[in-house]
Amino acid sequence: MRRAHFKFSWIVPLLLAPQLLVIFTFFYWPSAQALYWAFTLEQPWGGGNTWVGLQNFRKVLSDPYYWGSVRVSVIYALATTVLAMGMALTLALFVDRQLAGYRAWRVGIIWPYAVAAPAVGLAFNFVFNPGAGIFSVINTLSPGWWDLSKYPWQAVTAIVIAGAWKQVAYSFIFFLAALQSIPRSLTEAAAMDGARPLRRMIDLQLPLLTPTFFFLLVINITDSFTDSFGIVDTLTGGGPFRATDLMVYKIYSDGFRGFDYSGAAAQSIILMCLVMALTFIQFRYVERRVHYT
Amino acid sequence: MIERTPILNLATHLILAVGLVLILVPIWLAFVAATHDLQAVNSAPVEFWPGDQLWPNLKEAWALSDFGQKFVNSFIVAIGVVVGKITLACLTAFALVFFQFRGRMVIFWAIFITLMLPLEVRIVPTYAVAANALSPFQTIMDWTGISWLLNSLAGIEVSLEWNLLNSYTGLILPLVATATGTFLYRQFFLTIPDELVEAARMDGAGPLRFLWDILIPLSKTNIAALATIMFVYAWNQYLWPLLVVTDRANYGVVVVQLSDLVPDQLTTGGGTPTWHLAMAATMVVMLPPILIVIFMQRWFVRGLINTDK
Repeated sequence: MRRAHFKFSWIVPLLLAPQLLVIFTFFYWPSAQALYWAFTLEQPWGGGNTWVGLQNFRKVLSDPYYWGSVRVSVIYALATTVLAMGMALTLALFVDRQLAGYRAWRVGIIWPYAVAAPAVGLAFNFVFNPGAGIFSVINTLSPGWWDLSKYPWQAVTAIVIAGAWKQVAYSFIFFLAALQSIPRSLTEAAAMDGARPLRRMIDLQLPLLTPTFFFLLVINITDSFTDSFGIVDTLTGGGPFRATDLMVYKIYSDGFRGFDYSGAAAQSIILMCLVMALTFIQFRYVERRVHYT
Repeated sequence: MIERTPILNLATHLILAVGLVLILVPIWLAFVAATHDLQAVNSAPVEFWPGDQLWPNLKEAWALSDFGQKFVNSFIVAIGVVVGKITLACLTAFALVFFQFRGRMVIFWAIFITLMLPLEVRIVPTYAVAANALSPFQTIMDWTGISWLLNSLAGIEVSLEWNLLNSYTGLILPLVATATGTFLYRQFFLTIPDELVEAARMDGAGPLRFLWDILIPLSKTNIAALATIMFVYAWNQYLWPLLVVTDRANYGVVVVQLSDLVPDQLTTGGGTPTWHLAMAATMVVMLPPILIVIFMQRWFVRGLINTDK
């Protein structure tokens, strides 16, 4: 901890005020308001909200559409996380061998991080589109087999692939950084003991990546809950038959299209609890992250 | 370390090549679609090589989406978020690290918690606040009786109103309201040796002079790192601008415009889907953040890893 300090003076509140004002107005107040709405119901003729206790939650939790949304969100979260982390880990392990062209490989894998989610959705909308693009070839062979707007499983597959595509770069950057922070002496010692590169990957590098792995696992799952809106909106629009109605997308459509603020607020509270629980887990692992520098 | 592993090296290149192809193919197909005309894109044999229609498509898509003003807006919002975030983060971290006062840890945790809930999760109530950014203060004054007091003493009716919908402030401020940068700065400030602080104080420098003349020059790499990730983050925002801006002609941003280009029944009215225009627009919208990431790679990677975001 720091020992040398400046004397407290009137400038400290001034330095802190802007940030505190902004987070109070745009973070704490909205979060509190979500709580208030979740436990009240707006009167149809105006006249303020009345306290309804857990009624909003009961309504949300007894809605089969909500459970459908939870189900597809969980599928989406797990599938994108497994696909993206698997691919990122494999690529990072091999890029880390630093053969010729190392920088080019690295840039080639990193840039998708910069692509906006709706742009990813729109590009994949074209790629998976039954009328033009590569899937139209399949449809000329067996007409009507591939159609995102008809078959739920195809729509879910499409958003999972698009979501995983977007997530690979992020995990890759962290895996590669973790690999590069493994001290050279360890690698050299292993090599002297006769461990070949593949053996070192399995017995040395993978175990040392565990903290990064857990960190990324939680981050990827959290991101898939919050970051998926753009992809769903431009790729499937939540359809067909609500098959890709992910949780954030449902909050948006219930709140802003259905004007059901209380229902949307109750869903927000549930999602907030979920994200907070995941973040708590993450902080535990962040504390344990290993640094070799 | 010298090791001869010719087979493994070949396998390494192969695996990386396959991975890279998987990453590039979707965007390559989208790019190819952007370079052909309407007939070629929708015809049965799929095009795998670019055509010569890129420029006309870009021009048409640009005019169709009215991108001129929207690009300006996107840049204003992205730069506003970058500047706002860096300024707030720097000032806050400075106060938290270099001063000792009561309640310091409380404030630290109050800011820290904002990392937990991304904007998307609390979108509905945040939108309500944006409709009147002073509503929190109005409510507080009503509750505490200050409104009543003012009304009965001075005869002033308190009604605070500041609508942020359809404004740059409304697009920027809620995106600034998280703690990402504050932690990057805090970690950096904690590495500044105590001797530097003592030397500055001995030379008679006050805290603000110390911040301006010593800390800010030292934190140039920090600023670059934070600026790149915040630019990409702000440029790629979708849900928030979609809600806050209804006046798209004046305050719309490019990323939101993509939602209007999805070729479905709504936009084509049952006609042939205009994929070539949608893909051309996608290419243009993607480009600025990609360039930033490629050219500022070093800073970008550092910023990403140090902020854990």
